[in-house]
Amino acid sequence: MAQQYYKKIFITVGTTRFDLLCEYILTEPVLAALKNIGCKEITFQIGNSNVDPGVIEKEGVKINMYRFKDSIQEDMKSADLVISHAGAGSCLEALEANKPLLVVVNEDLMDNHQLELAEQLQIDSHLYYCTCDTLISTLNMVDFTLLTPFTKANSSIFVNYLDSILRVEN
Amino acid sequence: MALEIVGAILFTILLAFLLRVLYLIYEITIVNKCELTRPKSLRTILCIGSGGHTTELLRLVKNLNKKKYQPRVYILADNDVSSEVKIHETEKEQSDYTLSRIPRSRNVQQSYFSSVISTLYATLCTLPVIYNFKPDVIFCNGPGTCIPVCVVAFLLRCLYLLDCRIVFIESICRVRTLSLTGKILQFFADIVVVQWPQLRDVCFRAKYFGRLT
Repeated sequence: MAQQYYKKIFITVGTTRFDLLCEYILTEPVLAALKNIGCKEITFQIGNSNVDPGVIEKEGVKINMYRFKDSIQEDMKSADLVISHAGAGSCLEALEANKPLLVVVNEDLMDNHQLELAEQLQIDSHLYYCTCDTLISTLNMVDFTLLTPFTKANSSIFVNYLDSILRVEN
Repeated sequence: MALEIVGAILFTILLAFLLRVLYLIYEITIVNKCELTRPKSLRTILCIGSGGHTTELLRLVKNLNKKKYQPRVYILADNDVSSEVKIHETEKEQSDYTLSRIPRSRNVQQSYFSSVISTLYATLCTLPVIYNFKPDVIFCNGPGTCIPVCVVAFLLRCLYLLDCRIVFIESICRVRTLSLTGKILQFFADIVVVQWPQLRDVCFRAKYFGRLT
């Protein structure tokens, strides 16, 4: 496996809550697995999850937890690795920032059509995804350097098509 | 005797309307002649859904020619606060847009029966908005306000009270299956756009132009 070193990790659960992931990240085995890939600092957007915000240090890792910010873009940019819930917004934001991305799927959410997107993006090797149960083994196993960059969205072909169909006389 | 005549007349009207509905669906889905030309600009309605859907649609709005698609009305659910901020952010350099609020057709965890009632109520509230504005084009990417707006526009079209085109854009989240809104609107929308090539096999009318958002 290639050498991996991800000092700053940004974790985001989106606009709702993801109790299981929040509790799980703070356990010793998960922190050990994160340290194993070089983690020294975690910025953790916890949303409405059942843990308290604030700055703590655990297992030698500095963890800064907050509920919400107007924009998580800065935190995303300064991170070496992003761990995200499966929400399309968060996933696409991380990929557009060109960050190695691990998606943790919330199995408690039924009607989980978001899984569809994470699955496809893993098939296209833009990210890896796992569940809370497989988080540690995934962190130990995967090589983020094998991920390929995500091409930028482009709506100009669509807009041109619209312009050819819906016309204005000038 | 008189009752029979009234009944016969009502039946004929109903039959004529039904035929018109079927013909319009045939025209939209099979003939698919969706060209539209207007003298100055296209009156545009944008159906704002919720959360990620709002973000996706507003990103597309940024790439539209605002001079061509004007004036613009954003229709959003009455309890949707976060979308309003995003709309004003997207439109901060423009002034030719307004916001219009309608009741939410379905809230999270609402039962099936009561969501039918509230969808009907939302549809009724949408009617004057659409009729008065007379849009030329409606953009939607579901869920939220999408269905009431499109149903009203479709019915007004059936009655020759409106001539407009509905553009439905399926969310990037949908890779292999259409959303419920997409499944319904594939029969009513003039242009159906998907963002994954796989979806073209699922929806016979879908067009794919690459990833838009």
